[in-house]
Amino acid sequence: FWGAAAVSLQRSAHPLLCYVAHVTVGLAQNFLPEWTLLGDTSVLAGVYGPAEVKVSKEIFNKATLEVILRPKIGLPGVAEKSRERLIRNTCEAVVLGTLHPRTSITVVLQVISDAGSLLACCLNAACMALVDAGVPMRSLFCGVTCALDSDGTLMLDPTAKQEKEARAVLTFALDSVERKLLMSTTKGLYSDAELQQCLAAAQAASQHVFRFYRESLQRRYSKS
Amino acid sequence: MKETPLSNCERRFLLRAIEEKKRLDGRQTYDYRNIKISFGTDYGCCVVELGKTRVLGQVSCELVSPKLNRATEGILFFNLELSQMAAPAFEPGRQSDLLVKLNRLLERCLRNSKCIDTESLCVVAGEKVWQIRVDLHLLNHDGNIIDAASIAAIVALCHFRRPDVSVQGDEVTLYTPEERDPVPLSIHHMPICVSFAFFQQGTYLLVDPNEREERVMDGLLVLAMNKHREICTIQSSGGIMLLKEQVLRCSKIAGVKVAEITELIQKALENDQKVRKEGGKFGFAESIANQRITAFKMEKAPIDTSDVEEKAEEIIAEAEPPSEVVSKPVLWTPGTAQIGEGIENSWGDLEDSEKEDEDEGGSDEAIILDSITMDTGVEVSNIGSQDAPIVLSDSEEEEMIILEPDKNPKKIR
Repeated sequence: FWGAAAVSLQRSAHPLLCYVAHVTVGLAQNFLPEWTLLGDTSVLAGVYGPAEVKVSKEIFNKATLEVILRPKIGLPGVAEKSRERLIRNTCEAVVLGTLHPRTSITVVLQVISDAGSLLACCLNAACMALVDAGVPMRSLFCGVTCALDSDGTLMLDPTAKQEKEARAVLTFALDSVERKLLMSTTKGLYSDAELQQCLAAAQAASQHVFRFYRESLQRRYSKS
Repeated sequence: MKETPLSNCERRFLLRAIEEKKRLDGRQTYDYRNIKISFGTDYGCCVVELGKTRVLGQVSCELVSPKLNRATEGILFFNLELSQMAAPAFEPGRQSDLLVKLNRLLERCLRNSKCIDTESLCVVAGEKVWQIRVDLHLLNHDGNIIDAASIAAIVALCHFRRPDVSVQGDEVTLYTPEERDPVPLSIHHMPICVSFAFFQQGTYLLVDPNEREERVMDGLLVLAMNKHREICTIQSSGGIMLLKEQVLRCSKIAGVKVAEITELIQKALENDQKVRKEGGKFGFAESIANQRITAFKMEKAPIDTSDVEEKAEEIIAEAEPPSEVVSKPVLWTPGTAQIGEGIENSWGDLEDSEKEDEDEGGSDEAIILDSITMDTGVEVSNIGSQDAPIVLSDSEEEEMIILEPDKNPKKIR
């Protein structure tokens, strides 16, 4: 379900404090077995921090987390702002901000191409970037999207076309320790039984994503 | 974040090295860094890397009504964004000078040189024309943004395909990509910017400065040329005074460089076209995965969701049913309704506190809130509350006027 490539470039701006990581993650493809030449969703993420924060934004006992999501075409609008907020809430639940009070951690996401399951891809990219930057976190997290179409079939990581035709699209952010739910956002009509089914399916899927994280990080650190 | 200033010794070091014709990365004076062009899966999407400077370009199109004074021409729109990912100093509100300068230069280079045939973008004169929008995002800043951006823009425009349109009399049919193959834009020539950095009041010059060299340079000369050796745009900034011979020499160098870059672009476009025609896999996934040793790729794998339904049913069976929400709205007067009782009053007993501030001691008594409940009582007029009408109690005011809607309509006048 995930054909994913993780690319890491590193540049340290300041040896002690800042750390920059660039990661491309997440090319979501169709979960059904036939190969169709679909587009890929990819998001580039970069993390700056813990770094200096403006006095107006500083929090005395935690790090200020900022998420910036830039779309590929046009100027950022309300949809981007709402996604930024969802991603920020997820990151804040996971990042140990109290270890770096009065600093700022900025996550910058740039959409490189969008072919469905964008929010899940952004979440994965953000997590990998935070790990690469060395920001302390209590667990990793991943994003999984489910789509329910009109006859109740569950599809994981739908493409843009499937998302448009689906009856409901649900995106979950799950943590890595106990697969608990960190964030969920849904669109459309579904029953509570279907919600639980989607959540269980997402939890099963998240195992693959976490395995992918582990293997790609192993690969990366074995070469440097 | 504030930009870290360049230290004096680093500045001196760079200038001394330039005087001895040495560059930090070992290039010669007229050498360009490695240019890499990769394409995405959509038409019009490309990433250009000039050394470590990376720019993402995307072209999109839309049918709009034309400008009033140019009824038969399409509209071109360029937008370069300096993402904060590129450098910590590029905060969303703070980069206006550099941003305006780069955007303006890009527009002059591409729009005023008429490299794109805008007449061919007209569909119905005076009513519908194509608006072509080029969005460029700077992903990493390592110097010479303008060159990378101009290459990305022209490559994206050459790569882009717009939907096919046919006009028969009054009828305009817009074909989707599945019905008819999309059509490329008509591009006359490819203007490419070449930057020259000057040091020590014009004594030394470098082509394609990187970020450190840009910080210590005195002035910058940007020349946009195409492979036919026509100059499309010249801009000299920084206040250096150049001699005529210097400018001519730069233009000769630029001519040579532009020819090389144009060849590279053509080759990249041809390669991508070949791969698409043969039906191979294209897009960033392939190009990135093969290039870097730290890249990791996992093929798609089906997930076993067979036990999902059982798990879900278990969870629902064990979950408690949601608590019943009883909402009985109570209508006090037209326009004022109450749902629920609210929580208990936690302000403490109000009996001893007076309105003036003198008696602060009253509030310090911390009277415990056992039995103080806010009872409001006005006669219930309409909707079904079974409670008997309650009498107003708490207020400490001597004169208490209960306004009852039925009884005092005349007094209001």
